[in-house]
Amino acid sequence: MSPASSEEVQTVVAARRLRAVRSVFIGVGRPSTAAILSRMVHNPELVLVYESGTIGAKPFRIPLSIGDGELAETADAVVSVPEMFNYWIGPGRIEVAFLGAAQVDRFCNLNSTVIGDYDEPRTRLPGAGGAPEIAASCGEVVVVVPHTRRTFVERLDFVTTVGHGDGPGARGRLGFRGKGPTAVITDLGVLEPDPESKELTLTQVHEGVGADQVREATGWPLAVAGELRTTEPPTADELGALRRLVSR
Amino acid sequence: MAELTSVAEAVAELVRDGDAVALEGFTHLIPFAAGHEVLRQGRRELELVRMTPDVLYDQMIGMGCARRLVFSYGGNPGVGSLHRFRDAIEHGWPRTLELEEHSHAGMANRYAAGASDLPCALMRGYSGTDLAARTRVEPVTCPFTGEQLVAVPALRPDVAIVHAQEADREGNVQLWGIPGVQKEAVLAAKRSLVTVERIVDELEPRSGGVVIPAWVVTAVAAAPAGSRPSYAHGITERDNAFYREWDAISRDRDRFQAWMGEHVMGGVAA
Repeated sequence: MSPASSEEVQTVVAARRLRAVRSVFIGVGRPSTAAILSRMVHNPELVLVYESGTIGAKPFRIPLSIGDGELAETADAVVSVPEMFNYWIGPGRIEVAFLGAAQVDRFCNLNSTVIGDYDEPRTRLPGAGGAPEIAASCGEVVVVVPHTRRTFVERLDFVTTVGHGDGPGARGRLGFRGKGPTAVITDLGVLEPDPESKELTLTQVHEGVGADQVREATGWPLAVAGELRTTEPPTADELGALRRLVSR
Repeated sequence: MAELTSVAEAVAELVRDGDAVALEGFTHLIPFAAGHEVLRQGRRELELVRMTPDVLYDQMIGMGCARRLVFSYGGNPGVGSLHRFRDAIEHGWPRTLELEEHSHAGMANRYAAGASDLPCALMRGYSGTDLAARTRVEPVTCPFTGEQLVAVPALRPDVAIVHAQEADREGNVQLWGIPGVQKEAVLAAKRSLVTVERIVDELEPRSGGVVIPAWVVTAVAAAPAGSRPSYAHGITERDNAFYREWDAISRDRDRFQAWMGEHVMGGVAA
C-alpha cells in the first residue's frame, strides 16, 4: 500500500476522534468521510446526523450532498429542518459536531460568509448555514480544515460562528451550552484550545511535520505545547478502509 | 380547495412581478420545473426566499429575475461555489442583488412562525456573530425565566412553490424522504403551488409521509421529473453528475446564457 497522503492522515485522525462518541453532526466533504470511516473501523454504533434531517444515516458511499437519497433510506429517523434545529441541535442532543470554515482565528472563531468587506466582498462564500447554532449547542466542536495562512488568520473578515469568542468566559457570557471547539484537525497536525487562555495551541503534528512548518502555515504567532505529540501513522486497517470507501 | 392545473397556468396566475417567492426544497424535491417556468414567463423584481439557494436559484439570479435574496446558505452542495450568485454579489452582474441573510436555525424558525401565523419566533442563536448586526434579529428576555433569547420575524412569502411525489385528484399532497421546510413554506405563504411527479386516485399512506391537505394549497400541477436534477425520493435519482457539471457551465457568463437559452428558455434568447 502506498504511504498515506497528508489529507488521508487528517481524515484518519478525525475518524479516531469519534471512537467513543455516540452521535456526530456532519456536513459533506472530509468530515463526512471521516465519520463514515469511523463507523467502518472504530465505532459501528456511531450515529451520523446530517443537517438535511437524517438521523442515524448509514451510508455505504460518501454522499455528494447532505440530501443524497441513501442518507434518508438508511436513517433511523428523518425529520424536518425546523425539528432538526429546534428539537435536536438546540437542546444539545448531539455530542460532537464537525465543522469546516474558510477562516479560523486563534480563538477558533470561524468565517464562512465573506472574504473582504461584507458589502463589497472580494469573495462571497456560502454563508452561515447551520454552523452558528451547531457550534453554540452541540456538546463539542471539532474543526476540520486545510492548514494554510489563508485559513489560519490573525483576524476574521467576518465572524460567522463563535468558537471561544474573545477568550476565557466568552461562551458563558453568550449563554452557549456546548463546550465549543475542542480540536482543530488539519493536514499538518492538531490544535487544541489552551485550558486557561482558550487560545489554539499546537499539541500534535503528523509524522514528518515539524512545529516550524505549522507555525509558517499559521497567520498568527502559534503557541506550541511543551510536549508535542506525533500522530500515530494510519494503520493498514484504517488506510485500507479509507481507500475502499473513497473508491466506492 | 386546490385547483388542478398546469405548471404554466399556475405560475401565470400565482406569481407576480415583485413578489416574495419561496421555491423551497432542502437538498431534495427542489421545484426546478416551476422555477424554469417563472423564468420563461419573464417575472421580474422578485424577492427570492430559500434556505439553500443552490443551482435553481443560481440560474434565476443569473437570469436577472431577482431584486433581493433571503437565505441562509448559498452553495452548490458538495461541489463548491454558486458562480452566478457570487457574480451578482461580487460584481453586480447581471444586476445588483440585495441580501437578507440568516442562519438555518433562523430561517427554519421564521418559516415555522409564518406557518403558525405568529409575528416572530423565539430561539437561541446569532449571539456573538457579525450576522446579528447585518440581519433582522432582536434580543428579547424570556418573561418567565429572564433568559436572553432572540426573536426573528415570521416569513410570509407571497407565494410558496414546492415539489412533491404525488397528489390525488382533490389536490391533497403527499411527500416523503427528506421533508425540509416545504410544509412550513406552504402554510406560511399567502398563495401556494405544489408540483407533483404524478396524480393518483388515492394517496397511499407512506412511512414518514408528510400530507398537505388540498384546502391549504392554492394550486397543484403535474410535473413529472419536475425536480430534476434534484430528485423525488423513490421515483427519481439525484443527478450528482449534473451538479458537478454546473460548476463549469455557470463559471462563464456567456456559457451560462447559452446553456439557459438552450435548456430552459426554449430557444428564447437569454
